[in-house]
Amino acid sequence: MRDVAVVGIGMIDFGELWEKSLRTMWAEAALAALTDAGVDSVDMVTIGCMSPGLFAGQEHLASLLADELGMAGVPAARVESACASGGLALRMAFAEVAGGLSDTVLVTGVEKMTDVDGADATFALGTAADQEWEGFHGITFPGLYAMLAQVHMQRHGTTSEQLAAVAVKNHANGLLNPHAQYHLKVSVEDVLASTMVADPLHLLDCSPVTDGAAALVITTVERARELGSERPMVKITGSGLATDTMALANRNDLSQLDGVRLAAERAYAMAGRKPEELHVVEVHDCFTIAEIMTTEAIGLFDPGFGASAVDKGLTSLHGKIPVNPSGGLKSKGHPVGATGVAQVAEIATQLWGEAGQRQVEGATIGLAQNMGGSGGSSTVHILEVAS
Amino acid sequence: MISPARSWREFPQRYRLEAARCEGCEKVLYPPRVVCPDCGGCTFETTPLPREGKVVTFTVVRVPPAGYTEQSPLPIALVELTNGVKVMMQVGDLADPEELEIGMPVRLEFRRVAWDGEAGLIFYGHKAVKG
Repeated sequence: MRDVAVVGIGMIDFGELWEKSLRTMWAEAALAALTDAGVDSVDMVTIGCMSPGLFAGQEHLASLLADELGMAGVPAARVESACASGGLALRMAFAEVAGGLSDTVLVTGVEKMTDVDGADATFALGTAADQEWEGFHGITFPGLYAMLAQVHMQRHGTTSEQLAAVAVKNHANGLLNPHAQYHLKVSVEDVLASTMVADPLHLLDCSPVTDGAAALVITTVERARELGSERPMVKITGSGLATDTMALANRNDLSQLDGVRLAAERAYAMAGRKPEELHVVEVHDCFTIAEIMTTEAIGLFDPGFGASAVDKGLTSLHGKIPVNPSGGLKSKGHPVGATGVAQVAEIATQLWGEAGQRQVEGATIGLAQNMGGSGGSSTVHILEVAS
Repeated sequence: MISPARSWREFPQRYRLEAARCEGCEKVLYPPRVVCPDCGGCTFETTPLPREGKVVTFTVVRVPPAGYTEQSPLPIALVELTNGVKVMMQVGDLADPEELEIGMPVRLEFRRVAWDGEAGLIFYGHKAVKG
């Protein structure tokens, strides 16, 4: 395999972007990444997008978006793995470059979620669960994660206050991220006083509905050197992809996320790294319980200790291992297909030392974990400053 | 909503709780599958699910999806039946959804689960009630 470097990122400000279409958001992020990288052509475009058909009435994004950028003719592919579509877009692009099929790839993620009303958005997101054997009974995504939370609380004594502490931390980080959807300080009391969505998850335990796009340019180390950037060289040293059973009914242990654990093990093995070597981490906090369970699954904490780690400040911006310095899905927003790409853009920004007020000092090794459905699919990528 | 063909296709599982027992390893699958995920076997015999079990986990959906809004708040549980098979289902007959707890014994009863407006299909299936 060839070494792969990240040479450019592009983000738009996330939010309810009524004035922007899917293609406009995407093109802005893509152009920003190409400009950042200093390249004007690529060998391949990958697009992570969960459900443009249900959210925007539009499929066939490979043609639509390559064309939009004036690149008709370029190889392009839209990939889908629910909320892990962005991570999957990077994984596919990584394989292209590492395997020698392409030298330079534009990796993108996008989701336009606010052109439909709340009920249609809930339905579209619900297609990431088993429609016949879960959705039929009226369960929603907050409901599925609420079921995981109930087990974690019973097994490990995790409390609603500890779940709320995740939201408090991530909103505090989001205040420092100009791209975040919500610049909003919240307290534990605010979270506990917000509307109950699915017991025990309150509205402020949930990530929002968001429009957004994000992009990266990745290439070979040789091409990266030719580009002559003054930034430290950041390589993708590990890429892990895994699945778990779709329905919660078929999981052996509902207190942990085995698909995430497998993806992380594969990424660590490829990179030759261990969890304790990481300096900065972005995880898929679609719900507060998800941050607790994913930090356990990627090995930052033993099973059952993810919640107390937040309490102790271990995952805060200046804690032992900062988690979601970007504000996470919770505060930055969760345009589902864009999320996995935006997470890696944050890690690259941190490793370049360009994260401003939310910079994790001295960070040279980072990890991004992206997850689909109730953990039915996951990607994990490890990025490092090349020595 | 759910098409008539899909609803009809699911009658054996929804109405009669038909599961498949793998002839290779005895694993009981609900819903039935083409391939046994444990042993790779492809031959099965039809077997009904037991009607008693206990709550493995649960939630109360306070913001249900379209088609279920009239049932808010909607208690839903993952129930482990006496043969070890886990099934997701609504919980009926609770005076207060706060009664739900992990470990609660339940039995399965045939009930109306959802309906597609006043003129559309009615979807029946099984709900858990306190056992």
